[in-house]
Amino acid sequence: MLSYIIRRLFVAIPTLLVLIIISFMLMFAAPGGPFTSERALPQAVMDNINARYGLDQPYWKQMFDYVANIVLHFDFGPSFQYRDRTVNDVIAQGFPVTLTYGFWSFVVAILAGVSLGVAAAIRHNTWLDYLAVGVSIGAQVLPNFVMAPILLLVFTLWLGWLPGGGWNGGQWQYIVMPVIALSTSYMASIARITRSSMLEVLNSGFIRTARAKGLPTSRIIFQHALKPALLPVLSYLGPAFVAMITGSVVVDVYFSTGGIGQFFVNSAFNRDYSVIMGITILVGALTILFNLLVDIAYAWIDPKIRY
Amino acid sequence: MTFKATLMAGTATALIALAGQAMADAHATHPVTGQALASDQSFTYRVLDDYPSIDPQLIQDVEGSSVARDLFEGLMNEDAEGNVIPGVATGYEVSEDGLVYTFTLRPEAKWSDGVQVTAQQFVDGIRRAADPATASEYAWFLEVAGIANAGAVTAGEMPVEELGVAAIDDMTLEITIDAPRPYFPQTSTFPTLFPARLDKIEEFGDSWMDPENIVVNGAYTLQEYTPAEKLVRVRNDMYWNNEATILETVTALIIPDENAALTRFLAGELDMTDIPAGQYPRLAEEYPDQAISFPNSCSYYYMFNMSDSGPEALSDARVRQALSMAVDRDIIVENVLAGGQRPAYTFTHWAIPGWEIPDIPMANMTQAERNEQAKALMAEAGFGEDNPLNIELIYNTSDSHAAIAVAIGQMWKQTLGVETTLANQEWATFLDTRGNQNYEIARGGWCADYAEPSTYLDLFTSSSSYNDGKYNNPEVDALMAEAKLSDDPLSLYQEVESIAAADAAIIPIYHYASVKMMAPTLENWPTENLLQNWYSRDLYISASE
Repeated sequence: MLSYIIRRLFVAIPTLLVLIIISFMLMFAAPGGPFTSERALPQAVMDNINARYGLDQPYWKQMFDYVANIVLHFDFGPSFQYRDRTVNDVIAQGFPVTLTYGFWSFVVAILAGVSLGVAAAIRHNTWLDYLAVGVSIGAQVLPNFVMAPILLLVFTLWLGWLPGGGWNGGQWQYIVMPVIALSTSYMASIARITRSSMLEVLNSGFIRTARAKGLPTSRIIFQHALKPALLPVLSYLGPAFVAMITGSVVVDVYFSTGGIGQFFVNSAFNRDYSVIMGITILVGALTILFNLLVDIAYAWIDPKIRY
Repeated sequence: MTFKATLMAGTATALIALAGQAMADAHATHPVTGQALASDQSFTYRVLDDYPSIDPQLIQDVEGSSVARDLFEGLMNEDAEGNVIPGVATGYEVSEDGLVYTFTLRPEAKWSDGVQVTAQQFVDGIRRAADPATASEYAWFLEVAGIANAGAVTAGEMPVEELGVAAIDDMTLEITIDAPRPYFPQTSTFPTLFPARLDKIEEFGDSWMDPENIVVNGAYTLQEYTPAEKLVRVRNDMYWNNEATILETVTALIIPDENAALTRFLAGELDMTDIPAGQYPRLAEEYPDQAISFPNSCSYYYMFNMSDSGPEALSDARVRQALSMAVDRDIIVENVLAGGQRPAYTFTHWAIPGWEIPDIPMANMTQAERNEQAKALMAEAGFGEDNPLNIELIYNTSDSHAAIAVAIGQMWKQTLGVETTLANQEWATFLDTRGNQNYEIARGGWCADYAEPSTYLDLFTSSSSYNDGKYNNPEVDALMAEAKLSDDPLSLYQEVESIAAADAAIIPIYHYASVKMMAPTLENWPTENLLQNWYSRDLYISASE
């Protein structure tokens, strides 16, 4: 097991390198640059800026220096768009925000999603099933960019219960709407996956045996059926968790949380090269890490899986 | 003192304080208008995007400049109408040749740590902006201001000491410019020319603007800045004119989505926000005392690619003229935008102080007459039903640019039979395409750097690096050069506009307006300051009846 983990971590290094190289190439292929503006800058000013940020160097050298700085100093460079900040600053400020609302979204999505899915499966083809399926399909088809303005309208303007946005250090009032907006579609997916896999498990031989033994339904569900039924959910959760804790453009834009999600899009539009790279690497590394964790959890849940 | 006595004394103190507060509330009125003031003097407004920088010498956007004007004070300020009034300087003298400005600083101006504001700090600030090591994107503004040797210093060809700024003594600053520029004093209200505390900048490096490190000489100081969320500034007690400041707290909330911002305004979380395109008529009807529109010094236009890489048809002035005439500006302004914008037939914004729009034949025609003439011009140029003109129009991705492009494409099709292909491009790509003349017709928007026509008309000169259409008329170049040295350049500017209109150098479409929702208690907003250079210390919140 340990050697498996070490091996996986080793493979992560070339994976990240490939990610960096491809991102770099895509980035420089895009027309314009971080200092393109309506008023084309005089050449002298442009030269000063390029020299300051090392943009006058050949691409391969920029890439090499960039990677070297990360490896040697854990320095992701200065932001090109926000002159007073480094990429480390941008991530240090925005990531805790998305981590917070992403984590709660994850908790809500799992609790609500699994409950809905299990309820639908054990009451297969009853009104409860239809209700659960209806709710999850509704949540799935209502994209968060539609959901967010509706939440704002209802909870802020009409009811006046919640502040319309901001973060204020993560007080709960500011987290509620981001969590609802972010968690619903994940909840819906989890509910659907849980339901179908639960149905499959409930029809399998060992459950029939358990019923024949006369075990109470609750024990059959929670002790025997739930664990194997959650395996497909688990493989969905790894990437979903990363997606949630790295935030969402829509949530950040509508609720002005200051989270890192909006930088995915903004940094690309602004050609803020170093921020694009920093966030890409962050998401890449987290994805690799959580996929590994999911695989480890697999082995723990399913005794048939051994590495 | 016993516990009871303490309690009683405490209660008494609290009661007296409360009464005092109530008295203060009842009596607090604005010294000039006499309006009753609200007890809570805090102002919260929305900004679209995070600040690229709030460091005066690095600032490059309008919103960052508004913050800098609160935190720092330059030599001169602007009043509500945009007139230049004394700031740190009590005034200035100009040499007879118009090249040397001598500013006298006020001795009572102090930084928030008690240090005197000196002429040397202004020299430091301006040198810092020009210094190649600072790599400021706004170094070019010093060339707009005309500060002697600015270009050469920024290019690294001269040391910063050669820049035309000098401290004669602590209270006297001398600035030398390269040519007489009547608008020069106004450029000193711009953050690029603000004073700098090099001791603090050296001590703290990039973090000198953090709330715990910053020293300011403006009416407000920085209390909190959470990037991408909010920026809070509070009254600076050390400001020399602190008694005149009324607003205690000014909060900028960064809200990227304008509809979300509007909802939050309606929920009472904001005192000011922008009205999303097209919503002004509805909001003006529902909230007549809150929805306002006033001129904003930008012009919206389409440019033709007249360079060698452009289509041949567009090098024909008749074709350009026809395309310009066929655009029904009234429809764009009234039906597409509907926010108090004005149709444009010339480039310079109509509200620029002292500007008089010259007589342009097209402006006095009806649209039917324009369409007739446009058809005739097009036929003359050899285009018609059997030989239609095909043209590509590019604009940067935005709903309102798209709506305008669709409308204009339709007008060209109906009136002239022109087939227009629309292409939107994301901003940086768009600028790249346009800057390299890889287009046929492109959208343009230009905002004034200072309130004088040359801020627009310089774009018509062949040497302008902003002249993306590569319009080239030696007569215009000569007139603009002459205007620079003239005491009364108005007639020269008018001539330039007339020539550009006759050449159809661009298609002016409309002059911008600021369209905002403002809380009815927010007073003194300078709607007549065309460049929207506002100062929080001039604003106040009135008591709601």
